[in-house]
Amino acid sequence: MINNKIYALLLPLLVMLFPATAFSIDDAADEKKGLEIAIEADLRDKGFADSSASLEMILRNRHGETSQRQLRNKTLEVADDGDKVIIIFDTPRDVKGTAFLSFTHKLEADDQWLYLPALKRVKRIASRNKAGPFMGSEFAYEDISSQEVEKYTYRYIKDETFDNRDHFVIERDPVDPKSGYKRQRVWIDKTEYRFWKIDFYDRKDTLLKTLNYNDYNQYLKKFWRANIMEMTNHQTGKSTRLTWQKFKFQNGFSENEFTKNALKKAR
Amino acid sequence: MLNRFLIISLTILPLSALHAAEWSNQASIEARYFFDEALNPQQHDSNLSVTFESEFYHDWDDDQQRIVFTPFARLDQHDSERSHADLREFYWRRSFENTDLYVGVRKIFWGVTESLHLVDIINQSDSIENLDGEDKLGQPMVSLTHSNELGDWSLYLLPWFRERTFAGLEGRLRPPLVVDHDNAQYESGDDEKHIDSALRWSHVIDDWDIGLSWFHGTDRTPQLIPQTSNGTTTLLPFYAQLEQIGLDAQYTYESWLWKLETVSRRHDNRFSPALNRSNATVGGFEYTWYGLFDSATDIGLVMEYQYDSREGDRTAIANNDIAIGSRLTFNDVQDTTLLALVASDFDQRERFISFEGSRRLGELMSISLESRFFSNTSPQSSLHSLRDDDYFEATLTRYF
Repeated sequence: MINNKIYALLLPLLVMLFPATAFSIDDAADEKKGLEIAIEADLRDKGFADSSASLEMILRNRHGETSQRQLRNKTLEVADDGDKVIIIFDTPRDVKGTAFLSFTHKLEADDQWLYLPALKRVKRIASRNKAGPFMGSEFAYEDISSQEVEKYTYRYIKDETFDNRDHFVIERDPVDPKSGYKRQRVWIDKTEYRFWKIDFYDRKDTLLKTLNYNDYNQYLKKFWRANIMEMTNHQTGKSTRLTWQKFKFQNGFSENEFTKNALKKAR
Repeated sequence: MLNRFLIISLTILPLSALHAAEWSNQASIEARYFFDEALNPQQHDSNLSVTFESEFYHDWDDDQQRIVFTPFARLDQHDSERSHADLREFYWRRSFENTDLYVGVRKIFWGVTESLHLVDIINQSDSIENLDGEDKLGQPMVSLTHSNELGDWSLYLLPWFRERTFAGLEGRLRPPLVVDHDNAQYESGDDEKHIDSALRWSHVIDDWDIGLSWFHGTDRTPQLIPQTSNGTTTLLPFYAQLEQIGLDAQYTYESWLWKLETVSRRHDNRFSPALNRSNATVGGFEYTWYGLFDSATDIGLVMEYQYDSREGDRTAIANNDIAIGSRLTFNDVQDTTLLALVASDFDQRERFISFEGSRRLGELMSISLESRFFSNTSPQSSLHSLRDDDYFEATLTRYF
């Protein structure tokens, strides 16, 4: 409100000084609304403490040939920072027992370790490969990493109704120049602030991928999780379908279950 | 040979049906081809080999207790020494609040560098498996690990020593003389029953991963001493006592990994007492370019310098060497990777060259290829005995 008043007072001056910025009043309002929607969506997922789940990835190439991966994950919510995550690989069999630990951060690079079971070795790995594919799939590391408000700048685009739901359509631009995307267009429903669809635009601003969320369930009367996430790459014709199972919240995980020592014991 | 392999498989497989979720097995077949004729007429120019490894684990008591059982066996076409079996792991773990107690046979890895592992000392190398020293024999132990905000603290008591494995008479990749491991000599009067001990502290401090370790006991690396009896000369392994202090550190910054391992050793060397103290260091960096030419492929460059102060009969191969390697990771569905490495000695000018590649075939198989060359060797150089052992190897592994 106060902001609006200031804009109203400054408007004539601004228009005189910088004619081009006359359009920025609408832009600023859209940015504000976009950010508010992102903050609200984030707020509605706060307080889950920790969660565990298992998931199956089905990778499909343009000829329809498929391959499968089975993983389990554990997440620990960290106040004022990104989550801590452990991912354990069950298949394909040659990487069975491999485990991945990540301390995600809001803006700085994530801290990541990989456990190699054949050597019993934990390796700290560089985390700058956010644009790279996760396990050969159509999901990039940044797509599966903890979604933090600070990682993007936002703007509201429009409202859109489909599947009997009203949605906000917002766009977000990654802050990190190492991101593989120029922008993402996100469809968020107005009642529960769940993500239903994301269009990813590559650095050349060409539509690269679309992620569709399906089959939402609510846990602990608060937290919504989609059971199915399907990523389609428009440029290669490949797709990856994630099917989540056995979501469990508030397992009582502690910090020391997300350490290098814990990574060696993960199963 | 294959019959024996089948018998092993058939006795183990029925058990897997009982605990389907907790057994995992893998079998592999390896073919090696040597480019040059062997130095010794009893050696062969090609070789076939099969392995079988099984892993069983069971958690109970709300995951506070675990038992792990990992037997391994290899049957080799020509080398009776390379046909061997080992318990890689067979231990029980009991977890308390912030402490884990382990009793049994385990594999422990310490360190950060890629081209050489100096700090890593708990397990003996199963060096007959591969030259790279990354295959290890299971080590019996009682160990405790305690974690607190100051890091992970581990104590190891190692009551039984494992001898290094060496190629036999018909095997390649060995010294001109055969190692007679049946007559291994020990400095300690307790022989292989000497109780070794070790301590380790490790911690993560922001972008630093740091470890400090201390080891006292039987040196894993033997001196090989020529000995003639009944007109045949063999090499007797001599295992000295060793005290070693080690430091390993890695600094991770964006696409850079800076790595260092350094050890200070004290031997009670009865053959050359002047050489009791020695130190060795390996350090360098790994840098990765991600998404090469807008593809999913990453290329990594590894460069490490290796130094070892030991002289005389303990001179290490990596005593003043540089290792340069490159790793191509295709990030494809089959996890295709290629690795090339050249290690050259500044003094002797000898070179060790290695190429490795691997990829998955379908969901249950993988293939790996490996080729190694020993070049520019001279009679003085440590790789001289391997000068005609350049080889190509293909390994097919099936998981079930």
